[in-house]
Amino acid sequence: MKYMISFFQPLSEYQRLEDPKQTEAYMGAWASYVEAMFASGLVVAGDGLLPPSTGASVRIRDGKRQVQDGPFADTKEHLGGYFVLEAPTMDVVLEWAARAPSSATGTTEVRPVMERKG
Amino acid sequence: MTTSAWQAAESAARDSYGRLLAYLAYRWRDIAAAEDALADAFAAALATWPRDGVPASPDAWLMTAAKRNLLQAARHAKLAADPAVTILLGEEEGMTDTHDNPQTIPDDRLKLLFVCAHPAIDPAIHTALMLQTVLGLEAKQIAAAFLVQPATLAQRLVRAKAKIRDAGLRFEEPEAHELPERVHAVLEAIYAAYSLGWDGALDAQSPDLAHEALYLAQLVRKLLPEHEPAAAEAAGLLALLLFCESRQAARAGADGAFVPLHEQDTAHWDRAMMQAANQSLWQAAALKRPGRFQLEAAIQSAHCQRAFGGAVPWPGIAMLYAQLAAIAPTVGALVGQAVAVGEAQTPAQGLALLAQMDDAAIAGYQPWWVAKAYLLAKQGERAAARDCYLRAIGLTELPAIRDYLLRRAQALE
Repeated sequence: MKYMISFFQPLSEYQRLEDPKQTEAYMGAWASYVEAMFASGLVVAGDGLLPPSTGASVRIRDGKRQVQDGPFADTKEHLGGYFVLEAPTMDVVLEWAARAPSSATGTTEVRPVMERKG
Repeated sequence: MTTSAWQAAESAARDSYGRLLAYLAYRWRDIAAAEDALADAFAAALATWPRDGVPASPDAWLMTAAKRNLLQAARHAKLAADPAVTILLGEEEGMTDTHDNPQTIPDDRLKLLFVCAHPAIDPAIHTALMLQTVLGLEAKQIAAAFLVQPATLAQRLVRAKAKIRDAGLRFEEPEAHELPERVHAVLEAIYAAYSLGWDGALDAQSPDLAHEALYLAQLVRKLLPEHEPAAAEAAGLLALLLFCESRQAARAGADGAFVPLHEQDTAHWDRAMMQAANQSLWQAAALKRPGRFQLEAAIQSAHCQRAFGGAVPWPGIAMLYAQLAAIAPTVGALVGQAVAVGEAQTPAQGLALLAQMDDAAIAGYQPWWVAKAYLLAKQGERAAARDCYLRAIGLTELPAIRDYLLRRAQALE
């Protein structure tokens, strides 16, 4: 079965990239995790995303468009990347989710992927 | 309430819950029904005791209320002819006086532990079942420790309890020839709980499974007949857990940094606990039934030599691991053996043992990568050692341990 792991972190984590003293530790932890994940043979797809400040958010409310730089203020944790894994059980995926650096600072979400028919 | 008063109340509550549930479940033969009846009794207590005052014997009050709930449920389901009902009724009528003294409620928790570890039940659920029934832990807490979806675990527990009821699995102590195996299943489940809680001390938020496991190990040791040969392994497990607990305070440095075994300040090791551990180990040896947990405890005892000014006796530890690997070749034991051989003989020999291990078993097993990194570094292969530390980091959950491994990797640059 396919599962998606999504990594959510507070803004403070992404801000570590702006501090040269913290960049190595931050990138190092993620690099090790990603490498171990690929070595597991479970990965179907996966990407890291550039920090939230580099993106844009779109909403349409009462017929009006809202577009803004970065995320909306009401979100506390922001998506940093994802993997889609092919695994026999959710338990296996949860073990990997626990190892993600985002689990200690934010939330790592695991969801089964809907099967596409036809 | 002071912290110690609170802890005393909590441990009394845990003790009571387990004894009450075991007593009810054993007679009613339906754990889930007994749990529900007891939960309702607790709810009734919370409603009436503040108003009417706490009864002189709270356990007896709860027992009576729970029994009443079970009998009511039986009448409702028209099960008046069920033998379990008759037993319960008979006790109710004949023995109201004895329940005023809580000491007379027999301790059936060992029976409950035995049924939770019954071979007909999926071994993967043994630990969770024991934690829920004997300790009253919530499925959600247990699920967190096992890294399983709470809903899934709850379902598995329901199925296990239904199986115990429907298959009429025996609660009694198993036959003599089955006893060692069943005791071992119980001990393995307790050890699994302890292992899950091992890093709990480094992470203040997590449920204190290590202490719950220690409690269960002491309980099993206490409830098994003293000269029962199968009790040797129970004493062995207790010794093992006490040795591990004795070093908990030394695992975290002043700033919360992780401190591995060979770097720990032995002044922070709990000597009284180590002594209790050694005593338990000697008692086990006297029963002349060697086993896996006694070997593991002996290995831990050897590591603790450092507290008395000695060096770590690696050749002795390597020999103990060789015996352990012969009877219980778990990934943990094999990695431990490799490190011991690497220290007692040469890193190359230790690395050879690591290389023999099954690829699939070690791919996601963090300690294997840490051991390999450590031995490669000892051999002077810095780049290869660094790569292994980085892989180990990717398999590590706790930030404190990740930080430690990162420092070791950086030291090899």
